[in-house]
Amino acid sequence: MRLSSDQLIYCHHGFFDLNETIVSTWVIMFLLAAGSALITRKLVYEGPVSRWQNVLEIIVTTIQSQIKEVGLKKPEKFIGFIGTLFLFVAIAALLTVVPGYDPPTGSLSTTTALALCVFVAVPLYGIEAGGVSKYLKSFVQPTPIMLPFNIISQLSRTLALAIRLFGNMMSGAMIVAILLTITPFIFPIVMTALGLLIGMVQAYIFAVLAAVYIAAAAETNAA
Amino acid sequence: MINMTAIAVASIVTAGFTISIGCIGPALGEGRAVATALTSVAQQPDAAPTITRTLFVGLAMIESTAIYSFVVSMILIFANPFWTSAVHVGGK
Repeated sequence: MRLSSDQLIYCHHGFFDLNETIVSTWVIMFLLAAGSALITRKLVYEGPVSRWQNVLEIIVTTIQSQIKEVGLKKPEKFIGFIGTLFLFVAIAALLTVVPGYDPPTGSLSTTTALALCVFVAVPLYGIEAGGVSKYLKSFVQPTPIMLPFNIISQLSRTLALAIRLFGNMMSGAMIVAILLTITPFIFPIVMTALGLLIGMVQAYIFAVLAAVYIAAAAETNAA
Repeated sequence: MINMTAIAVASIVTAGFTISIGCIGPALGEGRAVATALTSVAQQPDAAPTITRTLFVGLAMIESTAIYSFVVSMILIFANPFWTSAVHVGGK
């Protein structure tokens, strides 16, 4: 039994292995990009809108309102990053209904990459909001003794993001695999439905936590 | 091959204890969190969206520790480096 989709390799090329994680990530990227390009070909600005444009508008305005509720005053600056995080993890979980598909977020490499993006984005947004000196000074708030703890908390928050998403996705897939060998009739379907629900909740959690970390860095440093 | 037996026994027993003990704390904590959230929603129903969202974020943070112990037990069973190196040495 393989622990993650990293171990199913399709072809080699020198030292580069094309494994299932990369292929399913490409499929999700293609679906998101091609679907959005198709729907936004003819945007209608007023009057009755088509059904698919309505769906996209609902998604975008919901993400905007959630970002505003977390504390970021101007969601337009952040919705590109946070919205993409949410949509990628949500579509990766939703496509589990397709048979023969393994979510790429069930591999530690994908979740670590996403967490590293958040790790890099938090100082970037913090420096853009208030400048380098103000961001660095926030590490010694409230007293300089807190400096190592603040640094450690930055690193451990990122690690927790990666492991949380990886653990939830991998455990869902593994429980279904184990159940298929014990009671293959109805129970695996129930567990797959639970895995879908957990996947959507984890996508929301990932995006909201990224937004909270960015808000902690950007809004407290805003001039 | 007593070395291989010791590694296997230690890994399996530790994996069992890790997942069973590691799930007690988060389960108790999540129960208390949901109970408090339900009480506050009953007291102030129009704050229900904020309370529900905070509840889900809090539940995810509490769940993380259970996920850590699950990942450790999975590593002990499926991706155990001591076992693979013992098999590599013993198979030669």
